[in-house]
Amino acid sequence: MSERDLFQSDVENQWCPGCPNYGILEALKRALQGLGRAPHEVCLVSGIGQAAKLPHYLRCNLFNGLHGRAIPAAIGIHVANPKLMTIVTSGDGDLYGEGGNHLLHAFRRNPDITVVVHDNRIYALTKGQASPTTPLGEPTRLQVRGVASRPAQMLATAIVQGCTFVARGYAGRIDHLADVLTHAISHRGLSLVDVIQPCLTWGRHPTRWYEERLEPIPSDHDPSDRVASLALAMDAPARFPIGIIYQTKPIPTFGETYRRWNGDVPLAEMEPIPHSEITRRLARFRIHVGRKEKGDLT
Amino acid sequence: MLDFSVVIGGAAGEGVQTLGEILARTVLGHGYPVFATQEYESRIRGGVNSVRLRVTDVPVEAPRHRADVLLTLNEAARDHYVPLLAESAVLVTAAGEGDLVLPFGRIAREEFDNPLLANSIAAGALVALLGIPLDTLSRVLRERFSEKDPGIVEANLRAAGAGFSLIEQVENAPWRGRISAQLAIPRQDRAHTFITAHEAIPLAAVAAGCRFIAAYPMSPSTGIITTLAIDATLGVFAEQAEDEIAAINMALGASYAGARAMTATSGGGFALMTEGLSLAGMTETPIVILLAQRPGPATGLPTRTAQEDLLFAIHAGHGEFPRLVLAPSDPLDAFQQTLRAFDLADTFQIPVLLLTDQFLADSRFSYERFDVRAARGSERFARPGGGEAYARYRFTERGVSPRLYPGQSPHLVCADSDEHDETGHITEDLVGTRPKMVAKRARKRQALQAAAPAPEVFRLDDADTVVVGWGSTRGAIREAIVQLREAGARVGAMHFHEVWPLPQRSFRRGKRVIVVEGNDTGQFATLLRGTWGIGIDNVISRSDGLPIEAEDIRRAIDE
Repeated sequence: MSERDLFQSDVENQWCPGCPNYGILEALKRALQGLGRAPHEVCLVSGIGQAAKLPHYLRCNLFNGLHGRAIPAAIGIHVANPKLMTIVTSGDGDLYGEGGNHLLHAFRRNPDITVVVHDNRIYALTKGQASPTTPLGEPTRLQVRGVASRPAQMLATAIVQGCTFVARGYAGRIDHLADVLTHAISHRGLSLVDVIQPCLTWGRHPTRWYEERLEPIPSDHDPSDRVASLALAMDAPARFPIGIIYQTKPIPTFGETYRRWNGDVPLAEMEPIPHSEITRRLARFRIHVGRKEKGDLT
Repeated sequence: MLDFSVVIGGAAGEGVQTLGEILARTVLGHGYPVFATQEYESRIRGGVNSVRLRVTDVPVEAPRHRADVLLTLNEAARDHYVPLLAESAVLVTAAGEGDLVLPFGRIAREEFDNPLLANSIAAGALVALLGIPLDTLSRVLRERFSEKDPGIVEANLRAAGAGFSLIEQVENAPWRGRISAQLAIPRQDRAHTFITAHEAIPLAAVAAGCRFIAAYPMSPSTGIITTLAIDATLGVFAEQAEDEIAAINMALGASYAGARAMTATSGGGFALMTEGLSLAGMTETPIVILLAQRPGPATGLPTRTAQEDLLFAIHAGHGEFPRLVLAPSDPLDAFQQTLRAFDLADTFQIPVLLLTDQFLADSRFSYERFDVRAARGSERFARPGGGEAYARYRFTERGVSPRLYPGQSPHLVCADSDEHDETGHITEDLVGTRPKMVAKRARKRQALQAAAPAPEVFRLDDADTVVVGWGSTRGAIREAIVQLREAGARVGAMHFHEVWPLPQRSFRRGKRVIVVEGNDTGQFATLLRGTWGIGIDNVISRSDGLPIEAEDIRRAIDE
């Protein structure tokens, strides 16, 4: 198998023809190839939705779980086997809506995983309802008089909550996105990549509308400057800065203390605790009459 | 037969539990088994709480609703617990009318200038009342304060001595001897393991190879993750999740990636986990879920006991998938059932529920022997083959497919909550794949049912009345059977430690069948009627949040 085909899945793709999701899939494939990992060293985790089908379209391990619950599943996978490159790919409704609480706490934990949000600002698989990122006032199939709630500011929230890598990409700029994803995956700690992915079926704007509003992140921006990054991350309806918005120096990641004690082996491969260790602890519940003799463990 | 109960009542924060623990250890140190229950309100300070110690000559496994000695630490507790007093009982109060009024707090302040010593004075008085040597209590106190400053140990020993003398100084007390004569002889040869089910379960989980737990704190389940988190040498990764949904999904992620994993919760938290339970069923990911029951609905009575979640545990989760529900009866059984839970979760690649309750979580049982078997080192994973493609959900005769974990080999492990094909990829092939996957999961259910053990029987041979129970009511039922037999009744018991699936079994007709359970609607009775098609003559239940006692059963059968 040539390197080009290493991550090529033969599962039939169910996305709409021409969907920008294909761009995200291609960018992720390029990033993984560039990082030189084998498919069995990668685990993709997703929830439910059109975006959440991505793991099936890439040849690697996958856990396609419940709507909104990709993050806790990915945390469990990463803890059980830190050698796996664990990447979450799901939609904005899944990760910002149904699973928003998990994302907030994942920022605090800082597990060494990458979270890729296919942000099409709409619920596509359920046919056109508002998502947490649909702009205020925009009519949808359900919110026919316009969305009444303001959109979630998840990139800014991520920075405030202590996420250590925050970036935005555009599904139509595959090279740029592959580069952002490469940095995100290489970053030690939680990386959040919000990918603007115009919906061709339910979206209000053609892709050109988005493309006209993309802005490269200014070359003088310092991603380690939290306040400047926050300003950049705050959503403005008419401009989309793309690139690495915020990145801290590596800080302790989730599970590091445990791994310092127990090493990096997968939990499945750890030596069992000897039965004598169990009976020794049970002996602490033993109450004897008179003075307890040393070594009396019955 | 020796059988008397000491009840210590007071407000939360007054040291009721500590005093109960010290007294229980002293009685055990004298060679007598203790059955200790706690009942408390859902608050940190104030209210009325009690510890009840039942002292017997052979271990019992149920409480008794009476006090032969009642010690109350404040007047409100005195008034609350006085109805428990048995005939010719002794009432000791720190305040309010009683056979003995011993203001422990005041004595501690005036004679020791240290209000913290009140409970050691009270312990000394109780020990004297029970006729146990002061030395035995001193040993317990030394052990308890072993890590403290020698001055603190010394002060507590002196306080205990002072409390002990308070009783010795009382003259012409009609109760003297009535209590102490019963425990006069220390039993040198007896040692006991004094333990709760929720202390046994975490150790059993480790013995079974559990390496991961995620849970959200909820009474009465919190002790499980606490034990595993505190002792880092047990090697269990323990994470307090942001909610129960995260807890079960983390555990499933860890299990998919090869770890033996569990979670622990109570009814409300389990309600949040049900989608995850269904995910375990669909992805065939092994998991052990401890469900510690408490009275509902909704928040209910957070610190009390019930068996109200049986049918919920059996039916929880959307769609159809095989599961196993185990209901241990006591701490030793809980240890063995936990080993079994992890073993069967892996063997059948299914979720296994362990149903306990507040009574099992908080009651300390005494065992002369607490012998536990070592975990079976079962083969959990398949051996990765060479070139051929791996299919996580390959159709097999038993319905169980060879399991690999991601990263174990070049084979890819794909798990999907959607209906999937043998390789784990999403499918809508309604003709070929879906019916076969349904049948595959059904084969596991059938195998589980075939493997379901028969219920435990007790004095059933000549019985015309069968008392059926499950889980934590076993001790009370056995006690009631023994008492009823002594009175000439032909009764026996049938006890279920595994409540789903029920074994296929024909029930001998013509017997009177009475089901005992801690819920109002007779959930197990409903299950028995539906599964075995037998008529249930009566359901004996208790729904006040307190554990079922032998007396409840005996009285109901006598009527």
